[in-house]
Amino acid sequence: MKYILMMNGTKSDWESFAKWSKQDLDANTAFMRAFNKQLKDEGVFVATEGLGWPAQAKVVRSGRDGTPITDGIFPESKEFLAGYWIIDVETPEQAYRIAARASAAPGPGGKPGSMPIEVREVMSGFSDLGL
Amino acid sequence: MTGQPSEINLEQLLRELTPQVLGIVVRRFRDFAAAEDAVQEASIAAALQWPRDGLPESPRAWLIQVASRRMADYIRSESARRNRESAVLMESEQAAPSIPARESDVDDTLILLFMCCHPALTLSSAIALTLRAVGGLTTPEIAHAFLVPEATMAQRISRAKQTIKSSGIPFEMPTDAERGERLRAVLHVLYLIFNEGYTTTSGPQLRRADLSHEAMRLARIVHNLQMGDPEIAGLLALMLLTDARRMARTTAEGELIPLAQQDRSLWDRKQIEEGVALVSATLPKGSVGPYQLQAAIAAVHDEAPRAEDTDWPQILALYDLLRRMSDNPMVELNRAIAFAMVHGPAKGLELLDALKDDARLAEHHRLDAVRAHLLEMAGEHAGAIDHYRSAAEKTGSLPERNYLLARASRLSSDSG
Repeated sequence: MKYILMMNGTKSDWESFAKWSKQDLDANTAFMRAFNKQLKDEGVFVATEGLGWPAQAKVVRSGRDGTPITDGIFPESKEFLAGYWIIDVETPEQAYRIAARASAAPGPGGKPGSMPIEVREVMSGFSDLGL
Repeated sequence: MTGQPSEINLEQLLRELTPQVLGIVVRRFRDFAAAEDAVQEASIAAALQWPRDGLPESPRAWLIQVASRRMADYIRSESARRNRESAVLMESEQAAPSIPARESDVDDTLILLFMCCHPALTLSSAIALTLRAVGGLTTPEIAHAFLVPEATMAQRISRAKQTIKSSGIPFEMPTDAERGERLRAVLHVLYLIFNEGYTTTSGPQLRRADLSHEAMRLARIVHNLQMGDPEIAGLLALMLLTDARRMARTTAEGELIPLAQQDRSLWDRKQIEEGVALVSATLPKGSVGPYQLQAAIAAVHDEAPRAEDTDWPQILALYDLLRRMSDNPMVELNRAIAFAMVHGPAKGLELLDALKDDARLAEHHRLDAVRAHLLEMAGEHAGAIDHYRSAAEKTGSLPERNYLLARASRLSSDSG
């Protein structure tokens, strides 16, 4: 079963992230690098990406003749995807355990954070035979 | 050299020879993990050279020779490394397992299967290792079948081999006392491989169907070893009888078609005949198990010329037997459908009520899906719509979600 683990942050999360010390940023990057390697070594890694700053994000809608209409978005309350992992595991519990490890990534002062990680199943082909 | 092998034949030949060659190389060099790599490399070399140079006189001897050469290279480089670390050398010499003299290819294949499906391995590792070491598939092929990166699959296989090494799982036949249980583990892994292939969409992922065929090929190998366990024939029959409906299961766009609405002329008659013959020969032997019963149920479906000709009382009787052997809530769900087909939807719904507190079903879409079907049968469309929709929210399968939402939508437009 494949799951996507998503890191989301609000505007204030992103803004405070921008003020982290170099040391804190380095610790976080080192953690992410090690975490990705662990997922690969464990044979569960499918994909991971980090996303650009939400200030650059646009919402696009189709105009009357199909031309794109773009809007900037950065309201206070909205959560933005910061990055994700896709993993292939045997049970949802295994996905939750891995998400908890990602959640503990070090924050300011190098202390383990408890960043919320949203876990969603990636849809597959047919379901099982039912037995 | 004896002519140019076609690509298909070559692939088949290499897959058949893999466990035989691996068995011999493991016996000669006593290192399963390294031998497995060496045989895979020899196979890849063969796939490159044979189409160009023609098939060698004895393909098997060629593979053994090339794999053995790789092993010799590996051992040389290892011993060079060990000479730098002589303490490690002592230790590993002592740890080298003694492997009894060569048994037959048949035994070797079986020993490999027992080893790759050892309960100490996680299921996903056992599946990957079985496909490679016994099935002769390459790591990229296995990765492609499971839609994961090649490096991830390589890592899974290497971890499986590491587990075999560190748990000291020996390259030998399990004892008589263990054999029954270990055979269950082998059959379960083959069943999961089949299921993985069977449960995929058509279209761009069609290749994954190879997994079902691979599982059937491996089940056939085990069946031909004549170990005397009727569950082996049961599993093979179940695969044949289920796979026989493959072409009728989906539309060209990959939409799901339920059993009752399938075009039965698309079912594979030859496979059905073989499956039915296997079940019929096996069931009277006594020791009936879950795979045989599931195969028998599949056979009853497959033998009905039209959906309305289905012998539901017989299917119900088979589920009654099956539920006594396994504590699986899915069996109870399927039995409720059979019960409803025999005694009416209201009676089936009563059975579902009894399952509603089963924690294993609480998050599962099948309970809602079955309830929706039975409510629809009973003419209670509003309730059916609700349950189709809540089943759609829970399923992890995209075609199934579309199917469930379509059922709900059809009912709501009928009634409103």
